[in-house]
Amino acid sequence: MIAEAEPELKALTMTVDNQTVNFTEGETIYQVATRHLGEKIPTLCYDDRLEAFGGCRLCVVEVEGMRAPVASCTTKATDGMKVTTQTAKIEKYRKTLLEMVASENRSVDVDPLSGYASQELRTLVDHYDARTGRFAGKKSGTSNYDDKNPFILRDYDNCISCYRCVRVCAEQEGDYAINVMNRGFATQIITEFNSELRDSQCTFCGQCVQTCPTGALGDAKALRATEVEGKIEKTRSICPYCGVGCSVDIMTRGQKIVGVQPAMDGPANKGALCIKGQFAFDFVQHEDRLTQPLIKQEDGTFKEVDWDTALDAAAEGYRKVLEKYGRHAIYGVASGRAPHEAAYTMQKFIRAGFGTNYIDNCSRA
Amino acid sequence: MSNPLVDMQKPDVIFAIGTNMTECHPVAATGIKKAQAKGSKLIVADPRRIRLAEIADLYLPIRVGSDVALALAMAHVIVREGLVDRDFVADRTTGAEAFFEHVGQFTPEWASKICQVPATDIETAALWYGKADKGAIYYTLGITEHICGVDNVQSLCNLALMTGHIGREGTGVNPMRGQNNIQGAGDCGAVPANFPGFQPCNDPTSVEKFSKAYRREIDGEKGITKVAALNQCGNGIHAMIIDGENTVVSDPDRNHCEHALKSLDHLVVIDIFMTETATLADIVLPATSWGETDGVQTNTERRVQRLRKAVEPPGQARPDWWIVSEIAKRLGAHGFEYHSAKDVFNELCELSPIYNGLDWDRIDKGEYQWPVPTKDHPGTPILHIDEFKNGRGIFKVIGYRDPAEVISDEFPVWLTTGRRLQSYHTRTQTGRSAGIDYLLAEESLEVNPEDLEAWGLKDGQTCKISSARGSLEIKIKASDVSPRGTVFTSFSFADVPVNILTGSGYDPITETAELKVCPVRLDAIPDA
Repeated sequence: MIAEAEPELKALTMTVDNQTVNFTEGETIYQVATRHLGEKIPTLCYDDRLEAFGGCRLCVVEVEGMRAPVASCTTKATDGMKVTTQTAKIEKYRKTLLEMVASENRSVDVDPLSGYASQELRTLVDHYDARTGRFAGKKSGTSNYDDKNPFILRDYDNCISCYRCVRVCAEQEGDYAINVMNRGFATQIITEFNSELRDSQCTFCGQCVQTCPTGALGDAKALRATEVEGKIEKTRSICPYCGVGCSVDIMTRGQKIVGVQPAMDGPANKGALCIKGQFAFDFVQHEDRLTQPLIKQEDGTFKEVDWDTALDAAAEGYRKVLEKYGRHAIYGVASGRAPHEAAYTMQKFIRAGFGTNYIDNCSRA
Repeated sequence: MSNPLVDMQKPDVIFAIGTNMTECHPVAATGIKKAQAKGSKLIVADPRRIRLAEIADLYLPIRVGSDVALALAMAHVIVREGLVDRDFVADRTTGAEAFFEHVGQFTPEWASKICQVPATDIETAALWYGKADKGAIYYTLGITEHICGVDNVQSLCNLALMTGHIGREGTGVNPMRGQNNIQGAGDCGAVPANFPGFQPCNDPTSVEKFSKAYRREIDGEKGITKVAALNQCGNGIHAMIIDGENTVVSDPDRNHCEHALKSLDHLVVIDIFMTETATLADIVLPATSWGETDGVQTNTERRVQRLRKAVEPPGQARPDWWIVSEIAKRLGAHGFEYHSAKDVFNELCELSPIYNGLDWDRIDKGEYQWPVPTKDHPGTPILHIDEFKNGRGIFKVIGYRDPAEVISDEFPVWLTTGRRLQSYHTRTQTGRSAGIDYLLAEESLEVNPEDLEAWGLKDGQTCKISSARGSLEIKIKASDVSPRGTVFTSFSFADVPVNILTGSGYDPITETAELKVCPVRLDAIPDA
């Protein structure tokens, strides 16, 4: 097959808030503006991993020559376009929209443990001072507390119908486990046949939870730590399960691991996780953990000892076998689960300790 | 993997064989689904009608252990239809003519009888892959856990070489590694054939290099594999040190494995839980866990990434590197005076050519994929771009072999084993994570509903499953995922130790066990 020639890129420019900026064909106003000005344009239905949706209308901007404001996330930039993102008219429009959204949710204040994006609505409502209650009245969405799954809280009283959950499930996961029923105030996020998630195509990857901007979908496991005291700290690490190597943020309060969130800039996963990486973290602080070195007694039971006693006995055992049977009687098995430093020292222990290559790892099973 | 994970969205044709990716590498599988949404064709070859098979554009439900026959017939069609990339073959490979002549005899009709799929579907798979601009192969343990695991891999390499589907974006031969740092364990030299960085143990220059670095003379020949070592326990091997592996549950032929470890004079196990393997040890040493340890791991696309400590470990638990170093020091070994994981990793980088350009600080953001030979090297997302490691890509002339054991009157059913989405390995971790039981509380044997009827068994009934090595009881679950004549279970649950049954044979080169094929018999257990 003949490679197609790269189309020659024309220098395209537009002005955003009086700044002249470059862009490439196909980019939306939102993408161009955000790249040059930072995240100044507010959004609720936007997730840069997903197709633009144009549902929340918060990202509206004024374009010279256009009568009405346009949604910047779905409007393509054109050469010579003049865009203003923060006029008084636009800001008032945004505030009104947020007042409406805030008034129909049970609460805009949700626990940050709910999910990665869970504070988006609260942050915007506070920024625009939109807790006026001007539109208090009819509510949309009915929470599904009957779904007893231990991972995903389905609190749809706080749903704003941004469809981010539906779209992430379809576009990012390819699972199509959830959908939308009805329109307007009757809008409801459901599974096929409106069943529990367990009976749907849902794989409990948690992507819907992490993209939800209101906490309507919440990380039920992390929310168990609502009462745990302390600021939520995040430590960047890599998932301990399969070989994909997804980047995660380990969430802690004090010395307790309370949850895991995907790293949106993770080089291998770009914000994606699966059920294990997202929810199977609490083995770490399980009561079954070994906490003391143990030596087996004559009767077959283990006795707790201090490190020096255990390490001396461990070394003595190898010394005896070495004397009795020689160097090739000792074998090392490194872990495919532990970090490099474990595997490296293990192979060095065998090679520097006994001068053999009697070392392997668990990759053959 | 020869290519990076981002490439999964770029091929025209994806050939996934022996990989249950949506369950075992779910995040990677999203790449395949996105590729399909953009118009890529997906060919799936797998005995079980897994989710990937459901979404495939072409599904080949091949019999367990028949992968080589499928690949040979695909190669036959590619030659016959003139789809060979002649320029690539001439410029980059060797041994092509012998291979092309060899595959002349292996028609799709021949393979159809072995693989038990229609010849026309084999033909279609070959045409799609052969005609693709960018064709990519993905596989997992369904390819390697066979007596012919090496043959399987080389058969796939032959397909990539003859079509030039390697060394370019969106192509390649891509094994998905199953454990978070199994790639890293190999990188670090925790294998009997290689020093760190895949420097051969039988290469005099490497032996000299490491003998000098480690300040003692090291054997100039390969060691033995773990499989061989287990076979020699009590008779040649008398002491072991096992770090973070539940050998008796995860390895084949559990009874043999338990017996082997029990016959050692001295066994030290380092782990985070009292696993079934740890109970057999003389000394058990508590390690720090994920979340408590600073360190490095390498993913399936050779990306070297940092793990970070978020909380303090419980009680006296210590990092594995510290524990091993303390034992080494007590035996008088040199060079174990490390103060941190960083010290250890930086020593590895100095001794390993594929890591020479890396150090602890440089991998902070995880942007490098090895080899990274120098400090100014950007890393190597795609392997084999201009040449193969040893110069030319070598075609291997391979024939089909039956599995070590085939079904018989006594054991008339194929058993194949694997993992499930919700549980991991021997469940030392997922079994201790709240909520997982809600989705997967117990093990079961997946049997095709028509087989259940034919064999007089019922969904939900407990049956006895036996192989030439042992037997156990397991609950039956009717499932269309299992084809007729083949049953499936995972090895995750300790109360259903399926590896009592497995272990019929081992690949002669890698000594990897044939965990994917085991003839069994199912017997109803009369209600008590």
